[in-house]
Amino acid sequence: MAQVKGRSTSKKAKSASIKSRKTAAPPKGGKAKSNGSGEELRAEAVTVVYPVKEGDDVHALEKVSLSISPGDFVVALGASGCGKTTFLNLLAGFIKPTEGRVTLGGRPVLGPGADRGVVFQKHALLPWLKVLQNVTFGLKMQGIPQGKRRDMARKYIDLVGLKDFEQKNIYELSGGMQQRVGLARALTSDPAALLMDEPLGALDALTRDNMQELILDVWRETHKAIFFITHSVEEALFLATKLIVMSPRPGRITHEYELDFCHRFFECRDARKVKSMPDFIKMREEIITIIRGDELEGGNIHV
Amino acid sequence: MSDATHREGSFFGRLGQIFSAGPAKPGDSFGAPGVGNSTTIAIASALGIFFLWWVTTTPALGPMVKPLFLPSPAEVWDKFVSVATEGYQDQTLAEHTFASVQRIFIAFVLAALFGIPIGMAMATNRVFRGFFDPPIEFYRPLPPLGYLPLTIIWFGIGETQKLVLLFLAMFAPMVLNTRAGVRSVAIEQIHAAYSLGASRAQVLWHVILKGAMPEILTGMRIGIGFGWTTLVAAELVATERGLGAMIMSASEFLVTSVVIMGIVVIGIIAYSFDLLMRWIERKVVPWKGRV
Repeated sequence: MAQVKGRSTSKKAKSASIKSRKTAAPPKGGKAKSNGSGEELRAEAVTVVYPVKEGDDVHALEKVSLSISPGDFVVALGASGCGKTTFLNLLAGFIKPTEGRVTLGGRPVLGPGADRGVVFQKHALLPWLKVLQNVTFGLKMQGIPQGKRRDMARKYIDLVGLKDFEQKNIYELSGGMQQRVGLARALTSDPAALLMDEPLGALDALTRDNMQELILDVWRETHKAIFFITHSVEEALFLATKLIVMSPRPGRITHEYELDFCHRFFECRDARKVKSMPDFIKMREEIITIIRGDELEGGNIHV
Repeated sequence: MSDATHREGSFFGRLGQIFSAGPAKPGDSFGAPGVGNSTTIAIASALGIFFLWWVTTTPALGPMVKPLFLPSPAEVWDKFVSVATEGYQDQTLAEHTFASVQRIFIAFVLAALFGIPIGMAMATNRVFRGFFDPPIEFYRPLPPLGYLPLTIIWFGIGETQKLVLLFLAMFAPMVLNTRAGVRSVAIEQIHAAYSLGASRAQVLWHVILKGAMPEILTGMRIGIGFGWTTLVAAELVATERGLGAMIMSASEFLVTSVVIMGIVVIGIIAYSFDLLMRWIERKVVPWKGRV
């Protein structure tokens, strides 16, 4: 079960569902233009070490490399403690790597910024602002005049289906709608990449399914580079063009898969059908086996 | 006899119901502490106290308590009317009240002006926290009457001394609540603002200060309450005008009716201020506790 340190890309995925990344670009890609379009978000052999007072230091991430191009939908899965969130925080610029570096379009990432939008699981909206003001918050911080920022925001408010809710308070909305506001807010700054940290984790199953389709449509429309963390294997397979499976102790990428289930969804518009395809189910079981192995090793599951 | 025991049993049965954990009625939540409406009981309690006061003090009923210790409601009301119109010690009730409200208000504004920014600075900067924490935490639990002599030695017996005492009473709760408010801001909100391109100053102003507002308002509410609590101490020495001064001088001359009247007036004004603060809270932070 011991994985080789670092990254050992699994080629088994090729047989299941496959398209190279270049060809996996969304059909409508390039229609919407982004300020940061064409910019690639890269992590180059990043290592994050948390110092611990007693015992060995914790290697939250060990020499992890990943590049996310516009039109990529990268989903990270893994057992608890595998460093998914640490990795997202690195990409967002909230933390600094101990070794290695993160770049966007070749420029090193030195902190959080409007070129990398982040969507959180919850509690990240500002309840003293209405929906519209939440969505325009980033533009306001960047000093864009009110009229212009409203025009810019309306496009994304429409895109996530919140047209009639502009003047609502955040606390009047359901959990799913709140996440739509979070998504629209991140998009309105027109970032090169969207970083999503379990954005659907707190939603009920039906809302979650709807939101998955919405996120796919938004991604196809905007052609963003997306990095998405989830605990749901099904969600990961459904959304990803590239799935990375991470393992703990030390946190690293152990498997990478190129997937095309999302494109199959665009063809048939039937999520249940895609999720019940034989190769989808085969893939799901394969990945559950990997993650379960990691969890057992870490003592998180007691049989 | 069996009738009596039956009634007795039913009485204890009813008593038991109040304290037992039976299944909840539909709409109630089982085991939730203190469910149910208490308004009727509260009104009954207030009327009961008033009735007790009236019964024990009214001359026509052969007063059980001497007016020196507790004058009757009618006597206190008469005093209220006479102080309101003719005044007590050359000042009318309105003048006493205005003097006190003015003191409290000035001290409140000063405490907010210093307390909120210092609380913000302490919560967001370790240097400020290290610098201000010892003095504030040291003086905070001291009773105002304890350091009253010191304020007189330092600031004399003029208006300044009274404001200092009131200021100190209001300052600490405002600082503490502002700090608590800053801590209550979700880290995700701060992260989100930074990743939307906000600067440090913008995050401080647009996210942390706004997010801390519910607690800041609570601090202001507690602060103004502390102010009223300290009023009599503040007006203890060499004060001609003010509700606290009126009460103290009345007590020296054993005019109990004025003492009680003053206490009731302070109670009513303090409660009105609290209602006003709660109203402001609902207007300013309608989202409190809802997210």
